[in-house]
Amino acid sequence: MAFSDATRSLFAGTLQEIQDKGLFKEKRFIRSPQGAEIEVEYPEGAATARALNFCANNYLGLSNHPEVVAAAHAGLDARGYGMSSVRFICGTQDIHRELQDRLTEFLGTEATLLFPSCLDANAGVFEAVLGAEDVIIADRLIHASLVDGIRLCPAQYDTFKHMDMKHLRKKLELHADKRTRMIVTDGVFSMDGDLAPLDEIVALGEEFDAMILLDDSHASGFIGRTGRGTHEHFDAIGKIDLITTTLGKALGGASGGCVSGRAELVELCRQKARPYLFSNSLSPVITAASLKVLDLVMSTTERRDKLEANTLRFRQGITAAGLNVREGVTPIVPVMTYNAKLANDMARDMYAEGIYVIGFSFPVVPAGAARIRVQLSAAHEPEHVDRCVAAFAKVGEKYGVIGLDKKGIIEKYGM
Amino acid sequence: MDEMTATVLEYVIDEYVDEDDDMEVVSSTPLISSGIVDSFSMVSLKAFLERTYGITLPDSEATPEAFDTVDSIVHLVRAHQANA
Repeated sequence: MAFSDATRSLFAGTLQEIQDKGLFKEKRFIRSPQGAEIEVEYPEGAATARALNFCANNYLGLSNHPEVVAAAHAGLDARGYGMSSVRFICGTQDIHRELQDRLTEFLGTEATLLFPSCLDANAGVFEAVLGAEDVIIADRLIHASLVDGIRLCPAQYDTFKHMDMKHLRKKLELHADKRTRMIVTDGVFSMDGDLAPLDEIVALGEEFDAMILLDDSHASGFIGRTGRGTHEHFDAIGKIDLITTTLGKALGGASGGCVSGRAELVELCRQKARPYLFSNSLSPVITAASLKVLDLVMSTTERRDKLEANTLRFRQGITAAGLNVREGVTPIVPVMTYNAKLANDMARDMYAEGIYVIGFSFPVVPAGAARIRVQLSAAHEPEHVDRCVAAFAKVGEKYGVIGLDKKGIIEKYGM
Repeated sequence: MDEMTATVLEYVIDEYVDEDDDMEVVSSTPLISSGIVDSFSMVSLKAFLERTYGITLPDSEATPEAFDTVDSIVHLVRAHQANA
């Protein structure tokens, strides 16, 4: 037998270790389309319950937008279901080219290449572009897929303290002797919701002749005056050498990602990036629907503006209710509990109140920095936001954390 | 505290502890298992040791266990210097 009892017991032991550490991810099923209000089966096998969803990346509420769904149907009829080929053999349709051109226009770059996901874009971009003579200098809290991509690349790498520009400067000075330097940062950091100081990063990049790679997955579509992303927010359109981003969050939420930026770098990805070369691209149906998403996003800022209003309403409400939140301006709002068990207990009680949120703890966030991450959406109505705040106030009261600062919560619950 | 321990400890505090963090780090403080240093940012520390002490630390030895405290790091560096 290839999978002997001893082998099975080995892997069962590994799973038990994950359980024992409290890191086991439970199954949760959504039995409705994605939206502000969803039908949830949790735990597995439980009766379906309706809940307000405050943990999706559905920032613009486009995941089940009727015009997007209609465009997907039309795309399916016009271009079929699958391509059964990677892009460079016979897997590229005219609509892939059209979507790349529209993304280039949307992001304000020179060229764009689609990838199956942004994780794939991040996994492939560094190896395609950089060599052993180059150095990557990355913020320490960048997304895991960037970390993986950096590790797959022969370039040297170094890190700087999260959003610490003095430290980044020091590292740029240290690596002045390398052939090229590439600064890597998220635009909006997914766990804290903070914005990278891109204006300062651009200035340092110019001073030290360093390229910039920006992962704008949690920003594309809604950060900046017209939702182009973090580079628009900081008036840096045209100054970012590479942007990786996703179609799997605000921009329709299905799947797909891209590398967008300097023409030569994007062309190198087309020639060399392994996730692009060895995997099918977006299906025709997603490609067609994504074109509609960009039409919607580029024709009006209505959804982005509504998201901004919801964000402000929630941030003001939750602060007034006395919960401990990280300050900021983005629709990612961490409600801090510091203690991991407290995060999970409060999230479970929030679910009982009809609010679907999740607790996050180490190693997803730093040890002693557990939190419930709340994500706002343009699909939420003001009354949804108010219900979420009211539930937090009730659950926070139950656990005695109302009005407590970091020190107070840690004194009560420990880290 | 000997000179090497002091040098490595100073680097670790400067490189990994935020100025506004009131955390006290001494030579026996767990770095990796406590989350002060993660496997991604550990590369900065490894490069510092190689640059400062003129050694090459193979990945098989630059493990999270060997890098978990300043004391264990100093032990590793000394072993490499002795074998050089």
